[in-house]
Amino acid sequence: MPALGADMEAGTLVEWLVKPGDRVKRGDIVAVVETQKGAIEVEIFDEGTVSELVVPVGTEVPVGGLLARVGDGAAPQLPRPAPVLAPPKAPAPQPAAAAAPRPPAIPVTHAAKITPAARRRAAELGVDPEALAGTGVEGAVSVADVEAAAARRRAEPPAPAPLAAAKPPRRIGFDPAEMRKAIAAAMGRAKREIPHYYLSHTVDLSAALAWIEAFNAAQPVPQRLLPAVLLLKASALALREVPQLNGTCAQGVFQPGSGIHVGWAISLRGGGLVAPAIRDTDARPLPELMTAMRDLVQRARSGGLRASELASPTVTVTSLGERGAETVIGIIYPPQVAIIGFGSISSRPWVVDGRVEARPLVTVSLAADHRITDGHIGARLLTAIERLLQEPGKL
Amino acid sequence: MTEAEIKSMIYEALGGIAPEADLDAVAGGEDLREALDLDSMDFMNFVVALHERTGRDIPEADYPRLRTLDGAIAYLAQ
Repeated sequence: MPALGADMEAGTLVEWLVKPGDRVKRGDIVAVVETQKGAIEVEIFDEGTVSELVVPVGTEVPVGGLLARVGDGAAPQLPRPAPVLAPPKAPAPQPAAAAAPRPPAIPVTHAAKITPAARRRAAELGVDPEALAGTGVEGAVSVADVEAAAARRRAEPPAPAPLAAAKPPRRIGFDPAEMRKAIAAAMGRAKREIPHYYLSHTVDLSAALAWIEAFNAAQPVPQRLLPAVLLLKASALALREVPQLNGTCAQGVFQPGSGIHVGWAISLRGGGLVAPAIRDTDARPLPELMTAMRDLVQRARSGGLRASELASPTVTVTSLGERGAETVIGIIYPPQVAIIGFGSISSRPWVVDGRVEARPLVTVSLAADHRITDGHIGARLLTAIERLLQEPGKL
Repeated sequence: MTEAEIKSMIYEALGGIAPEADLDAVAGGEDLREALDLDSMDFMNFVVALHERTGRDIPEADYPRLRTLDGAIAYLAQ
């Protein structure tokens, strides 16, 4: 079970997209997991043959818990660590033993830990889950335990693989109440642990908007750009110049990002927010970035984000759009070390060559982790963004 | 296309972007961006949807005319 952000503790497996014997390669989507951020597609970061699906559909699995085993297709496999990407997560709430073979059943005397899915299944089958010995992670009673108990009661051979009973995929969006909890957990941690410092800078967007207008005039409707794409690209290129703000912080130590993967903050209709990564934002041409942004927004709202997108941002950019407030001062998304914010673009007075003119202006802000950098570095980032936006043709 | 057909096409396009919205509650002259809480990306998707359904090129300069139901119906009826 990959950690899809600093705030995630567990996810529920809702769909397997592979079965034992299937060949998989790096990047394949193998499962769908329900999290506080909605249904997330989990990719695999390994190559081989699926030898065992350890977790039945409907099971809640803590971060770091084993989902499946993948081998080279030869003889029975040695247990391997969870093959999906499990990004660093400090402090890990689950024992690393999660990847070891299943522990023997732990006799339960009282206060049995029962996964919600197991409780539901138990109710359906008329089994008392409190009376069962759990074999799930940390001895929790899982759906498999419940189904095995029901099968024993019927004096039948062990239950058929629960996978056969897989329900149709639940490709639902997100639960706003759960989303609020996820945001509360992440932002609470940011406010407790990260000593933020804040800077803001006003930037003239005349050149950028004129460039977009000219570009769009020659493009068919679906290929047109929004100003946000220029703000995103300029931020990513500025981070190349100021790499101290691109990366993560673990126990106070800065880990530079292995690329500039900007988490693009997307507000969800009905409330809530996700900031999935656009990989290598700095290296992508503008039309490609625009396509990536539109695709992300669509998938964020329909519940089709991928695990790697939620786990890998090295920095966050938030843009309030045309109808938003003038300024946004962000809160860092742990374990990142900076968030760049763009307010709405509005026509305001600006001094050009000693004269006041109406210009389209945007306020760009930075909130950064003072354990890693000082305001001097932060200011360099904001002035780099300003400079880059004056030459939009080079973005 | 009749006005009713245009209207139903506009509803369809908006329904894909703001599925939870009650479009009948939106007044003809109301700014759709305010009424339906559409951000720039939503509005762009709305224009793309109209473009795909009508095959018309809609220059960016005309976008302001699509901001209300009445405006969009009049524009597309031209």
